[in-house]
Amino acid sequence: MENEIQDNGLEIVYKKPSTLTDTPLHYCPGCGHSVVHRVLMEVVDELGIQDKTIGVAPVGCSVFAYNYMNIDMQEAAHGRAGAVATGIKRVLPDKYVFSYQGDGDLAAIGTAETIHTVNRGENILMVFINNAIYGMTGGQMAPTSLEGMKTATSPYGRDVKLMGYPLKITELLAQLPGALYVTRQSVHTPNAVRKLKKAVKASFEYQKLNEGTCFIEVVSNCPSGWKQTPVQTMKWIEENMFPKYPLGDIKVPKF
Amino acid sequence: MEKINYKRSEPRLMKGNEALAESAIRADLDAYFGYPITPQSEILEYFEEQIPIRHGKVLQAESEVASINMVYGAAGAGARVMTSSSSPGVSLMQEGISYIASAQLPCLVVNVVRGGPGLGTIQPSQGDYFQAVKGGGHGDYHLIVLAPATVQEMADFVFDAFRLAEEYRCPAMILSDGALGQMMEKVELIEEGQFPKRNFSWATTGKPATRERNIITSLFIEPEKMEGINYDLQAKYAKIQKNEVRYELVETDDADIILVAFGLSARICQKTIELAREKGIKLGLIRPITLYPFPTNIIKEFADKAKFFLVVEMNAGQMVEDVALAVNGKKPVYYKGRMGGMIPTPEEVLVEVENIIAKQSEEKR
Ligand SMILES: Cc1ncc(C[n+]2csc(CCOP(=O)(O)OP(=O)(O)O)c2C)c(N)n1
Repeated sequence: MENEIQDNGLEIVYKKPSTLTDTPLHYCPGCGHSVVHRVLMEVVDELGIQDKTIGVAPVGCSVFAYNYMNIDMQEAAHGRAGAVATGIKRVLPDKYVFSYQGDGDLAAIGTAETIHTVNRGENILMVFINNAIYGMTGGQMAPTSLEGMKTATSPYGRDVKLMGYPLKITELLAQLPGALYVTRQSVHTPNAVRKLKKAVKASFEYQKLNEGTCFIEVVSNCPSGWKQTPVQTMKWIEENMFPKYPLGDIKVPKF
Repeated sequence: MEKINYKRSEPRLMKGNEALAESAIRADLDAYFGYPITPQSEILEYFEEQIPIRHGKVLQAESEVASINMVYGAAGAGARVMTSSSSPGVSLMQEGISYIASAQLPCLVVNVVRGGPGLGTIQPSQGDYFQAVKGGGHGDYHLIVLAPATVQEMADFVFDAFRLAEEYRCPAMILSDGALGQMMEKVELIEEGQFPKRNFSWATTGKPATRERNIITSLFIEPEKMEGINYDLQAKYAKIQKNEVRYELVETDDADIILVAFGLSARICQKTIELAREKGIKLGLIRPITLYPFPTNIIKEFADKAKFFLVVEMNAGQMVEDVALAVNGKKPVYYKGRMGGMIPTPEEVLVEVENIIAKQSEEKR
């Protein structure tokens, strides 16, 4: 894309997307949520689809996403974003609809809605923030918490025999014929953010084809919940999250 | 409540559930989301058959939890949308209904009640009265609750429910029961094309440059704000109480004993009245049509004239509490009912009336 040239002749190489509001973000310093918000809104800006996009943010740290994204949005009950997005898309089939869900939301309380939304091949984008923890409620174990991981509700570490195994729901969803595009990305480096943006853009464009659900898992962090500095979390992601949740496309559309 | 004279089709014989579904299509329903459960699966089946060849959207959801949240999404997008279920399924919807009430979205929820608690029975019941009129889910809210007593009303109340839901931005419920859902009766359906849509400025349809973004939410984290939302809701409910109460009076002019019953129970009471009058007992009936808002005032008026009230319900005595509140100790209020899917007969209601009369005259002696 060509950069804008200001009246004074200076070239703008970086600016806040117009679809991000001026509301200060409430996220903890270093949290991946704000980066993903920005990426989503950059794409909405670049595609010029602010007037055609409806977002759904359910309960979780990102429940206030509508304070930051300058688009029409619905807040959904915990776990029900897939169903709410389905309701919207079914009555507004020509609009772009996305959900933005945490791991507790999408892969625990909302597992049924998630699987059936994808199984119906709803023509929406589901963005799944996997920070391996329940951020909003104070760092409890999530379905995606790693084996041995210490959380508020697994203080001795996640014992998989008692507490179940880390749920790789993204791989599971990729099996469904309704899934068009399934990918796992991250925001731990600038390069990773660029790749995520490509995936988001592709997903919005696929939505026009009415061929099925696009699903993007973002392996993210939770400095507060993990009790680490933001920089430590980036390293921890690489060393602990990626072996379990490897990055890359899991299913790409065949046309 | 406003009464509208719609153009109607020729009479035909229909099942309650099917008449309701057909009426919804004629009310220009945009979308239906539902999950099968007896005794109301015909509603989903009818939509799955008719909507694809007529107009609207229909989807069999994976659960009632999903159904009600699909309703939330579609209603938030400005659509005329409904779901239906029977008791256990409506219990599953309660969280979603609370969200819908708080986010102030119009929609219709139909409960074709069956006997409970638990999985219960598929036979008709009125055991969900409390759940329907007192809120049902968490927090302070109400639905507008309409109680049909005939197949004709099963059909007509779809229009009333949507009109009220859309006017007050509030979920409406049709509280029916398994017998009304399954029985066949003559019905004159309202014809299509008489129920225009409103333009909802608050709907999430995509933000054009010309307006602020629309947000559908029930989250107001600052308690001062949340209290404000509660005041708004309560003000709305006060308005609904003032303007939308609806009831029917049957042979009350000369009555000295008043039956109070809704839905199917009210039909049984009509027969009881006939039997009683043959014996010279002057029975009358107040039939609440809106269960919320409850017809408190008319019951209060009759408290001055009647010797006593007998509330007849297919539950363990739920509406009787609201009747007693209205009568406020002025006259005795009794309850007669059956539970768990059993329907009281007109004769057993009459026996109850006679027993109370006998007891009262004994007490006088
Ligand atoms: C029905 C219901 N149960 C529980 C909660 C409490 N709750 C709010 S957010 C949350 C977990 C959120 O975790 P996740 O989805 O992983 O998102 P994150 O906060 O980590 O971004 C829970 C359990 C709720 N709001 N509603």
